[in-house]
Amino acid sequence: MLNPVDVKNLTVAYQKKAVLKNVTFTVPEGKLIGIIGPNGAGKSTLIKAVLGLIPKASGEVKIYNKKYRAKDRIVGYVPQRGSVDWDFPTSALDVVLMGRYGHVGWFKRPSKQDNQIARECLEKVGMEGYADRQISQLSGGQQQRVFLARALAQDAKVYFMDEPFVGVDAATERAIIDLLNELKSQGKTVLVVHHDLQTVKDYFDDCLLLNVETIASGPTEQVFTMENLHQTYGGKLAFLEQGKMMVEQK
Amino acid sequence: MSYEAWILIIGSMAGITCGVVGCFLILRKLSMLADAISHTVLLGIVLAFLISQSMNGLYMLIGAAAVGLLTAVFVQLLHSSGIQEDASIGVVFTFLFAIGVILITIFADNVHLDVDHALMGEIAFVPFDLVQIGFLPPLPKAFLMLASVLIINLVIIVLFYKEFKITSFDPQMAAAIGIPVLLIHYLLMGMVSITTVASFDSVGAILVVAMLIAPGASAYLLTNKLSVMLLLSAVFGVIAAVVGYYAASYIDASISGCMAMMNGIIFLLVFLFSPSKGILSKRLPQKKLHEQIGK
Amino acid sequence: MNSIMLMLSDANTQWVLVGTLLLGLASGVLGSFALLRKQSLIGDAVAHAALPGICIAFLLTGERSLIVLLIGATITGLLSAYCIQYIVSSTIIKEDTAICLILSVFFGFGIVLLTKVQQLPSGNKSGLDAFIFGQAASIVGSDVKVMAGAAAILVFITAILFKEFKVITFDPEFAKGLGLPIGFLNFLFISLLVGVVVVGIQAVGVILMAALLITPAIAARYWTNSLSKMIVISGMFGAFSGVVGTMISALGQGLPTGPFIVVTATAIFVISMLFAPERGIIAKKIKQKIYYKQLNEAGTKGRVS
Ligand SMILES: Nc1ncnc2c1ncn2[C@@H]1O[C@H](COP(=O)(O)OP(=O)(O)O)[C@@H](O)[C@H]1O
Ligand SMILES: [Mg+2]
Repeated sequence: MLNPVDVKNLTVAYQKKAVLKNVTFTVPEGKLIGIIGPNGAGKSTLIKAVLGLIPKASGEVKIYNKKYRAKDRIVGYVPQRGSVDWDFPTSALDVVLMGRYGHVGWFKRPSKQDNQIARECLEKVGMEGYADRQISQLSGGQQQRVFLARALAQDAKVYFMDEPFVGVDAATERAIIDLLNELKSQGKTVLVVHHDLQTVKDYFDDCLLLNVETIASGPTEQVFTMENLHQTYGGKLAFLEQGKMMVEQK
Repeated sequence: MSYEAWILIIGSMAGITCGVVGCFLILRKLSMLADAISHTVLLGIVLAFLISQSMNGLYMLIGAAAVGLLTAVFVQLLHSSGIQEDASIGVVFTFLFAIGVILITIFADNVHLDVDHALMGEIAFVPFDLVQIGFLPPLPKAFLMLASVLIINLVIIVLFYKEFKITSFDPQMAAAIGIPVLLIHYLLMGMVSITTVASFDSVGAILVVAMLIAPGASAYLLTNKLSVMLLLSAVFGVIAAVVGYYAASYIDASISGCMAMMNGIIFLLVFLFSPSKGILSKRLPQKKLHEQIGK
Repeated sequence: MNSIMLMLSDANTQWVLVGTLLLGLASGVLGSFALLRKQSLIGDAVAHAALPGICIAFLLTGERSLIVLLIGATITGLLSAYCIQYIVSSTIIKEDTAICLILSVFFGFGIVLLTKVQQLPSGNKSGLDAFIFGQAASIVGSDVKVMAGAAAILVFITAILFKEFKVITFDPEFAKGLGLPIGFLNFLFISLLVGVVVVGIQAVGVILMAALLITPAIAARYWTNSLSKMIVISGMFGAFSGVVGTMISALGQGLPTGPFIVVTATAIFVISMLFAPERGIIAKKIKQKIYYKQLNEAGTKGRVS
């Protein structure tokens, strides 16, 4: 079977600091996967390296068994919040429409149909009422929904989302998770950087535990163990007590 | 065509082309890099002259575009070696500009270019500097250069509108969907360079910065749509050029200086009175609110 | 060699050298703080904005007295710095755009005034255009005393407020917690910056003055990680550039001073960037090689905790 994401011995260094070392994992198709690890573990770096946004020192990355090229348009990406210019003269709908740019191609304008798709995506995240708002005039959770809608508009097969739940209220988090499950049911694969250990078991079929190296990867119930968390998070005791409760919770 | 009409046409064309290019500079936070390039093209022009021994506009465009891009590359190099961006810009442009000034003074006898002219431009003489191409009537050189650059810029912006837009708004996303972000960056820098050179004769190296940045900054405060911002910026550029010219003839002072001042005045008006983002309109609702609470 | 000796024995040249030396020192010192506060380019805007102030002062008084011109320059310089901060704090316009806007508009206004000055019968020989590129040769003994005095005062104030400036530069919130008058200190710093720019424009010119703030400071950063050492080194680099640049420009007829000072400073910067121990590019490359080798040999644990 074809694996959507296949990473072998990936090493990435910024200047003289190795941020990822020999990271190896594969991801099965049609699953919701959590990428979990402490701050600075290299989660964002991993996504960027897989997408080819930063150079890798060594290793191999395959998307559906091929070297990834952006023009294949099978990967959607929701960057960590704050990477955009919120004062940019653009509306919510316009942002979602940008998700279509990869499909539109050089020299052409987005078509009526692209516009239609963008509107539908905005509806899916419950933001149709805000289509013409300038994006700085939306709340944090609303902005996150708009960026999710933009990813939907990309109509990809594999999605990478970097901390989509940060700064989002419980209702929005629920709405986002429902949407991710819908994507999953359409056979898409979604990788999500996630911080809240309490919900890992609820949300994700598979997990990748990461701290510079791969600690473990595979089905959540096998991988999300006390011992692995210990390795991932090091000696943060109070934190781990909490972790214990969560592991035993189910 | 009359002398005055030529100046107005040439000034307006500079206003449009600078205004449109400037919007992207503002949105990409590259204003200072444009300022730097507008200084360093002086070196490009001097070098083009020293190498080709002629004042041919084409050589100048090439020389300026080359040094302009070189400026952008040097800044990028210093920045990626760990120097903060504003300082990288400061080091690079002052150095290249200093070299340009030194070359001009050393070769002062054979360079038909004096520094004051380069800095302040002399739009007043532009209508007299005619060239003839094919069977067209003789046209001012500055007009031909600005017209070509305006067309080039507009074509590039129309063709790559959405690429410019997304690389300005969200460069990470742009890279992820396979848009060559760096290429777009240098394309913009190239546009800035040729725009500067073409406007150089008329408005001079430093005042071209006012024409690049001020109209876009005013437009930025008036709209939430990129296409409207571009349009408004071009309109402001034209207004500043036209009113600036009449103001200059009225007070008998530097035309390009007056155009820059007009740009400043337009910005000031927008800054005060913009319906959504002006400082007065921001004050008003608060005042109303206070009054209501007071009741 | 002979010509240099001859030049150095000239009394006026000696004065000018003392002036540019002190100027380089002061701008190196204040430039270091400006760099760390990310305000280097505000210095650029202030320098350009000095031009209208100089012209207004001349138009009002009708005479070319350095002190009067410098007072005019200080007023418009401060005004420009204030405008930049006001635009940034009250609109969505970002700092780089605000700097550019103010710089070019003020300079345009300056050019307009300069054309008016040149139309005056006394204006033609006013030599105000020397302010654009700097002409150290036009500096006379009395000017130097003003320059040197002002530069010395600026360095002195910076020295006695060193630790306060250090704290507000590094961590303004923390400084507030210490009970320092942040607003006043910021204003004072901007005023000092305006002061050094204004003092320098006659020798270096409004367009290139920024280099004297930025380049020596950046060069000094390569040699040390300590702020106090950085400031001393930067001051020395600035002083050296001032002296060498002035001497080169004095060798030829009518050569402007500013560009040669800038080229000297840039040469020091390039040497520092390449060869400084520890932080220089070459030293870093060597270290990186060694590190990669280690990385490949030992599978060292590098997890974050
Ligand atoms: N552009 C960069 N230059 C240098 N180091 C970086 C850069 N981006 C991230 N890092 C470092 O790489 C490590 C991993 O960062 P990141 O992937 O953002 O972590 P995470 O997303 O897991 O919190 C951190 O130690 C961070 O300091
Ligand atoms: Mg991250």
